[in-house]
Amino acid sequence: MSRMETIAPPRPQVAHAAARNVAGATKVHAKNVSVFYGDKQALFDVSLDMPEKSVTSLIGPSGCGKSTFLRSINRMNDTIPGCRVVGEIAIDGENINDKSIDPVLLRAQVGMVFQKPNPFPKSIFDNVAYGVRLHGLASSKKELEQIVETSLHKAGLWDEVKDRLSAPGMSLSGGQQQRLVIARAIAVSPEIILMDEPCSALDPIATAKIEELIDELKANYCIIIVTHSMAQAARVSQQTAFFHLGKLIEAGPTEQIFTNPRDTRTQDYITGRFG
Amino acid sequence: MTEHTVRSFSQDLEELTGDLARMGGLAEDMLSDAIQAIATRDLALAETVVARDPQIDALQVEAEKKILRLLALRQPLARDLRQTISALKIASELERIGDLAKSIAKRVKLVDKIDAPSALKGVARMGKLVNAQLKRVLDAYSALETDAAGRVWSRDEEVDEHYQSLFREVVTYMIEDPRTISACAHLLFVAKNLERIGDHCTNIAEEIHFLVTGEQLPTERPKVDALNN
Repeated sequence: MSRMETIAPPRPQVAHAAARNVAGATKVHAKNVSVFYGDKQALFDVSLDMPEKSVTSLIGPSGCGKSTFLRSINRMNDTIPGCRVVGEIAIDGENINDKSIDPVLLRAQVGMVFQKPNPFPKSIFDNVAYGVRLHGLASSKKELEQIVETSLHKAGLWDEVKDRLSAPGMSLSGGQQQRLVIARAIAVSPEIILMDEPCSALDPIATAKIEELIDELKANYCIIIVTHSMAQAARVSQQTAFFHLGKLIEAGPTEQIFTNPRDTRTQDYITGRFG
Repeated sequence: MTEHTVRSFSQDLEELTGDLARMGGLAEDMLSDAIQAIATRDLALAETVVARDPQIDALQVEAEKKILRLLALRQPLARDLRQTISALKIASELERIGDLAKSIAKRVKLVDKIDAPSALKGVARMGKLVNAQLKRVLDAYSALETDAAGRVWSRDEEVDEHYQSLFREVVTYMIEDPRTISACAHLLFVAKNLERIGDHCTNIAEEIHFLVTGEQLPTERPKVDALNN
């Protein structure tokens, strides 16, 4: 059994249709989360549970706080001077803002994919191997190779790059680079993957490949995605949360949010009526 | 409801509503004229009803084209999506109502020979009731009033009761005078068509409820079944 499998044992898959409707156990629990940049409050009392093995999408107009909320889940906001997060964010019941938590280890557990693919100026292989080496997750060269291959497989990129693993990561197309970055995130066996508009720089085909990948990955991970594309949120997520002016307005099953939202502001936003 | 940021989207939806309103108006006129033609044995009026059916069919085709275009190009969501889908279904209900009104009009010359004024009166009464149901449900649709739609929905029981008593009455005529069987059978078809139009009105009421609330009315409606009485 490879290390990947020991760390993240594949659990029995729920039937696809059922998985869409039945939310799993809570993976990320946010309660009364507020974020301040200096004196300015960017996020107000957000409470949201994000289930495991499922995709939650965060939607809302620019500046609504959705990315701020996403970035507080792996403490990326810590890196911004003057930024303060209050409230509780717990992963599997453990408060991530607790002093005992090492943010570097936390970010291995909570991977992140950004809007623009950001491969390191290294080979394809070294990009994926980077985090594994950093965290000392492989005990031999063979095991490292195995992890890289498995990760590239999971990211749906293996067949396209297996003959040129030493080529620079930057030499890939935009869509391939984004999948490379996802492979890099998966390689350190995270439990949660955060995605901040992962497809906004990609063409429709590359977007479709990423969406298909998200659909496959949700069998093992808790995925939280920020997207400006309502259609994408509708396609990939099981839960949708709508943010406006720093507040969580409404969250619910994606199907309900897009067919019968409860709040007029949600209704106005998703039907394109925002003034 | 406020306008879409993309104003042509709102215009598309308004155009669709306009088409549906025209179909509704046409169906209402066809039905009331068909009922009058039966009650007064007015063959000329009946013919105008038959002649109007292609208009309603053409409007339905037009509405369906617009709906298809809207779904493909605008990807409506939430209430816009419900409005689009319910328009698709209501257009088909109205087209069916037009067909049934035409079918009633076609039978005017076939029930001509019936010498049973009370049965004809019964049909006219039932026709008035169904006509009122259609008018109310169309008003509820244009005003998007769920309460009014709900009243139409529960009132269909009355239509069913009318149908049931009319059925018994006409069967009695057939037994008493077998020479009237053919004409009476056509009269029964007229009554059955009216009863079906009543059902289409309740379907429209259900669509209005869904459009406005996003919830479905219960599938079971109070019913009087002529076959079990």
